[in-house]
Amino acid sequence: MTSYYESSARERLANVLDPGSFHEFLPPTERVISTHLVQLETPAAFDDGIIVGRGTLDGRPVLAAAQEGGFMGGAVGEVHGAKLVGLLERARDEKPAAVLLLVESGGVRLHEANAGLIGVSEIMRAVLALRSAGVPVLVLDGGQFGCFGGMGIVARLCDAIVMSEEGRLGLSGPEVIETTCGVEEFDSRDRALVWRTVGGKHRYLLGEANALVADNVAAFRKAAISLLDTKPDLSLEALTEEHEKLGARLEKFGACRDALDIWSALGIEAPEGLPLLEADAFVAKVAGRRA
Amino acid sequence: MEKLTFEFLGGAPVNATRAPALVGVVGSGNLEVLIEPVELGGRCAVEILTAARGFGATWEAVLDDFFARHKLADVRISINDVGATPAVVSLRLDQAVEDFLGGAA
Repeated sequence: MTSYYESSARERLANVLDPGSFHEFLPPTERVISTHLVQLETPAAFDDGIIVGRGTLDGRPVLAAAQEGGFMGGAVGEVHGAKLVGLLERARDEKPAAVLLLVESGGVRLHEANAGLIGVSEIMRAVLALRSAGVPVLVLDGGQFGCFGGMGIVARLCDAIVMSEEGRLGLSGPEVIETTCGVEEFDSRDRALVWRTVGGKHRYLLGEANALVADNVAAFRKAAISLLDTKPDLSLEALTEEHEKLGARLEKFGACRDALDIWSALGIEAPEGLPLLEADAFVAKVAGRRA
Repeated sequence: MEKLTFEFLGGAPVNATRAPALVGVVGSGNLEVLIEPVELGGRCAVEILTAARGFGATWEAVLDDFFARHKLADVRISINDVGATPAVVSLRLDQAVEDFLGGAA
């Protein structure tokens, strides 16, 4: 069993896709690096922290990208963003079975400020354009740095999200909330609090993650294969329905102070035991109870 | 940031059709090592970009040891470093050669 959480972005791609099928676009030998970081006298990475390319998944053609959290927290800089946008635009031409995004990102790379912000907005536009062209975009989120900021928004614009408990998904990350609102509001060093607020199990219970899997690359691969036939639906009816669901969710849980309160409100018995369950036992226990 | 370059002579050329290998990540205390077959007239060239200034002599010692272990020629090694310790650098270099030459994992 290879841990998805502990793997590098390259290892994740190699293990999620069919063995030996991955072909990288703009590989490290091309040295397409960040010019901003060079100006700031900061070492840049030869792939700018993202690997993009094509491969097969269960024999079907896919395009895939993986962000490397170890390099600047997977943050989106100009080159990083452009590689992802290019991949998504290529998918509109090639119409693969799906595009896989192995996300791991704190959001925009602050060193590159506006260029990173523009990059994220271009990614959002490209995801929606691709989905409206009928190609599903699937997100895998189980890395050490989670998925926050602009990439958190991008993830929720996609067709489906696969998470492990270790994965995290949100807009402002725990440290950002603590810094801006105070430690009384959110203690980013309280790991149990962090994971039950932004971790995979809570996202699955809220209906934001479509699948909750154990932390191993084989489980992520299996879940991605099961989602390959997802049909994007950007119709007005689907969007209206989604908004109504979100509105009802806010009404129902808006007064809750803690994820545990939400789990209780969902009718789950002994909710304090949920963080201790293995993925399969957890999914079985909460069946029919998700928001 | 500091740029360092080193060259080694007297190694054995590797097959020029070998695929390049990349190991490691540009993160604190870590480094990435890219190793590629390049026609260099029998030299092994190493180029380092490091966030830590003033460690040229340490790099030279680590790379001397590395070249004593792996006598490569017609190979370019490119490194982006964020303050990795000499031990980590040695391990990453060995890992890169292992990947590159397809040795035992």
